[in-house]
Formats: sequence, structure tokens, C-alpha cells
Amino acid sequence: MTSDTSLRSRGSASRAAADRVTPTRGRPFRGVSYWWYLTPIIVGFTAVVLVPFAVNVYTSFFQWKGGLAPMSWYGLGNYTDLLHDDLFWESFRNTAFMIVAIVVVPTVIGLVLAAVLFDYLGRTFGPRAASVLRATYYLPQIVPIAVAGVVWSWILNTQGGAINSILGAVGIENGPDWLGDPKLALFSIMLMLVWGQIGYPVIIFMSALQRVDPELHEAAEMDGANWWHRFRAISIPQIRPEVFIVVLTATVGALKVFAPVLILTNGGPESSTYVPSYYSYLNFFQLSRVGYGSALSTVLTVIIFIIAAVLLWWQRRSVRNLED
Amino acid sequence: MVTLIETRPPAEQTSPAPRQPRPAHKRGAVRWVVLGIAILTGVVMASPFLVLVLTAFRTQSDYAANGPFSVPDQLTLSAFGRYLRDVDFPLALWNSVAISLLVAVIGVLISLLASYAIGVGKIRGATLVTGVLLFATMLPQEAIIYPLFHGAQALGLRDSIWSVVIIFAVLQAAFGTYLLGSVFGTFPPSLLEAARLDGANRWQVLWQVVFPVMRPTLSVLLIFFFIWTWNEFYIPVVMLTDPANQTVPIALSTLRGQLSTDITELNAGSLLSLLPTLLFFLFFQRTLTRGITAGAVK
Repeated sequence: MTSDTSLRSRGSASRAAADRVTPTRGRPFRGVSYWWYLTPIIVGFTAVVLVPFAVNVYTSFFQWKGGLAPMSWYGLGNYTDLLHDDLFWESFRNTAFMIVAIVVVPTVIGLVLAAVLFDYLGRTFGPRAASVLRATYYLPQIVPIAVAGVVWSWILNTQGGAINSILGAVGIENGPDWLGDPKLALFSIMLMLVWGQIGYPVIIFMSALQRVDPELHEAAEMDGANWWHRFRAISIPQIRPEVFIVVLTATVGALKVFAPVLILTNGGPESSTYVPSYYSYLNFFQLSRVGYGSALSTVLTVIIFIIAAVLLWWQRRSVRNLED
Repeated sequence: MVTLIETRPPAEQTSPAPRQPRPAHKRGAVRWVVLGIAILTGVVMASPFLVLVLTAFRTQSDYAANGPFSVPDQLTLSAFGRYLRDVDFPLALWNSVAISLLVAVIGVLISLLASYAIGVGKIRGATLVTGVLLFATMLPQEAIIYPLFHGAQALGLRDSIWSVVIIFAVLQAAFGTYLLGSVFGTFPPSLLEAARLDGANRWQVLWQVVFPVMRPTLSVLLIFFFIWTWNEFYIPVVMLTDPANQTVPIALSTLRGQLSTDITELNAGSLLSLLPTLLFFLFFQRTLTRGITAGAVK
């Protein structure tokens, strides 16, 4: 749990400033202990996160229909059942696709778009053109996911949906059943996710690029480096911390995807779009298998924490390697 | 959608003006191609909104006959009328505003108190506290939802906006504390020193020295808490089943099933539901875009 500063990429200057405050410790201000100021968060956090999470882990050892139904001890049974549950494995396989749609594609496209906007179009056509385009890319990010889901369920609708209307107009009658075909539904969801996600890396990378010393680019340009060379050799290494932030937060987000699946497909058709969150929701609130749902959500939590910890560790290591 | 964002701080304006004449390759046709692709991408990104607007103002028969892309025969508000008849939109709006505002204010207050102890007070175990909070921000909501649901039921808070307010105030404050703790760590020591010489106690220092300096950061946090809470889906959809308590996005999504036959009404409802966030975004865009980047990296 020593990761709190690494995410922040604090400069050494600000750290030095922080150190200078330390003498405060010797002669503290008068007043009640600082722990009193932490009371609200500690009480709230205990009530809303810690206890519910502990209860969730506890119920995962029981078979329980929920509510007032009796709980019967099941040991690790729910966990071994998970290992033999095809839907469990399918839901995590689908998560891999969610990672492609939320992390890989938007980050790569976002890098290129941000760099093109910032140091090509911004310079050639003025910063105003770049800001307008950036705003357009960012727009989907502010739409509530429930609203975006409703809009997209109509866009992807087979009959009279927007995409199939376009296909009809160019002569392709009976366009694909975007959300009803088990082979396609997952990709349709991915389409919406990419659309919704792109604005986030673009806006973060564009502000990161402002940090890059323009002289680096000018020097490289004089040496005859073309745009692509400079993008790879200067821009990307310079904004590495922001790339890391985007990858970390987006990966965690991809593992937690829920609303798009519930709204667009309800996990269907034929469970082809199950994701872990949705599957645990189903167990909790539709299938009355609360213990099983608890086990599943506990596994998901552990996996998220492990992936986040690995990413954080990996980032610290690469920062250290760069400094050596 | 022109000039939505214009956030580059003046100091960082890397103005291209005083540079030497552009290299030859920048004058050619390539730049127009690149601009064309960038604009095309923008059109694709914005197209769902454009079609949404076109369809929301159509008549039902026009949509049935001509589909979503033709020029509407006539512009009508009738679809909006039908949506407002089916959904108590003013009530949903009130619920959303009440929940989001309460969460934002309470969340920022809790974050302020806690991060003051962590960043300025430098309590022992601060690293542990922020570490725990960091991981809490990654916790999937389904790992706490059933106990919360069950607990709220036991307390009689289920289907009450207060359950959602309490849950999100804490969840947002966990993130806010994590974020502000490090910002407070860099608080100018000279200000604290001066306050000490004046004999201020901790409570006075917080409100008379720290709070005024931190106000811009806190307002960014407030706006973000508001929008995030407004857009939340999972916990509200589980907790708030009575239409009388539903938020704007939940009201839309629960009505969707019944609306599948009336696409114009569905679009009118979607447009109404995203209008508040859109207006909010237009109003606060400067603060927001500054905040997104600050929140992400610093």
C-alpha cells in the first residue's frame, strides 16, 4: 500500500516543499487530535465499504437465497462451483474483449488523435480548431451511461435502427442483427464502449503534451525527423505517466463494465455478452443465489486488486529504471 | 458545439506565430487530408447526438415512413409531450439534483476534513489510509451491493434517496481524500507558519487559512462529484425502484422497454435526459477540463 504517490508522478520540487513542512510536527497547532478530522471518513468508509465487503466475503461461504431465507454453510463450495461454471469463464473471456474496447483501442487511437490535434492540426490550423475537435471527441464522456445505452440500443436496433437504415440506404437490405446475433452482440457493445471512451485519453494526452518542451520537437525537426519519428521518440516517452494513468483507470473500468451490458443486451443472446459484474448482479437479484454472487464478486475484486497492484508495481519499476 | 473547451492556461500557450516559415511538407495537401480525417472522426463521434435531435423532433409517422436520416417533414414537440406524460420528469430532475448536490457537498466536506488531517496534519499512518482509499476507489460496486441493499432494507432506507446519498457521499469522499491528501501535502508552509505565530488552532487554520486557498480545487471536486453522481447507474437502479425516487437516467432506462414502439418518444426522452449534463458541461467546461487533467495526474 505504498502506491499513493506513484500514481501522482509528483515532481521532486513539490516533494521538497512537502518536506519543508515537517517542522510543524515538533510544535503542533493547538486543537483536538487530527484523528477527529478523519472520523467522518472512517465511520462512513466502515459502514459503506468495509463492513459490506466483509459481509460479502462472509456470505460467499454460504448457500443463501437472500432476504430472510436460511443460510447454510457451504465452505469453499461456491468457489469450486465457479471453477466448473462455464458462464463464469465466459464472463471473464468477455472481459478480455472489454479491455480491448476500453483500454487498448481508445488508448492507441487517443494517442494518435491527441498528437495529431496538438502538434499537427493545432499548429497548422490554430489551437481553436484543435479545441473544437477535442470537445467533439469528449462529448460522449459526459452522457450518463444509461442514456448512452438507450440511444445505442436504438442505433443498433435491427428494425429501423440507425446503422441498418444507413445500410439499407446503400442497398444492403436486412442488415445484421447487431444485438441479437450471439456472434455480433459483444462487438456491438464494444463499438459503443469505444465511442464512449475515446474522449478520455484524448483530453488527458492533449494536456500532457503541453508539458513537453517544444524545443525538443524543434531540435528533432531540424535534424530531419518527420512527424511520426517525433511522435514515437519524443511525445510518447514524455507523456508516459499519463499513459499509465489512462491504462490503469481504464483497465479497472473494463473489469467493472456493467451498465452497457444490462441496457443493451441483458447478457444475451445466449449469455454471449455476460461479464462478471452482470453475472453477479443476476445471481443476486434474479436467480436468488446470493452466496454464489458474493463469491463471484469477491473473485472479481481480488482480480481487480491484483491487476492494479501489478500495474502500479510495473510502473514504479519502469520509473526507477528510467532514473538509473 | 463550437468552442466547447478552451482550457489551455495562458502560460502554456505555445503560440506557433513567431516561428520561422513552415517546412515545405506542411504546406502541401497532406494537412487537408489529416484535417479531413480528424473532422470525419468528430462527425462520427457526434452523429448519435445529431440523429437523436433529428428524431426527437419528428412525428411518429414521419419516422415510420422515412427513417432517421431524412429531413423531417415538420418539427414537432409532440414526442416530448408524450415523454413528459409517461415519466414525471420534473420529479426525476428534482431527485437527481437533490441527490447529486447533497453528495457533492457532503463528499467534499468529508474529503476536506480527512485530507487536512492527512496532508497538513501528517498523521501517522497517512500512507496506509490513502493506500486503502486508493484501492477502495477500484472496488467493484457489486462486491458491496447486496449487503448495502440488505442493510438499507433493514434500516428502512431502501427506496429512499438518502441511501444513495450516504453511499455516494462516502464513495466519492474516498476518492476525494485520496486526491486532496497529496495536494494538501504541498500546501505552502509559510502560510501555516504565519497562522501558528498568530496562535490559530487547527480548526481555525482549516477554515481561515487552508479552505480559502484550496477553494478552486474544492470547487473542481464539487463539480466532478455532482456529475459522477448524476451519471451513476448501478446502485441507484438497485436501490431506487419506486418511480417517485428515480433519477433522470434511471427513469429513462426503466421506461425504455415500454417505449420500444415509439422511437420518437424514446429519443425525446434521451435528449431531455442528457440536456442537464450537457448544459452543466457547457457552463463549467473550463473548470471541468482543467479538473480532469488535474485529477488524473497531479
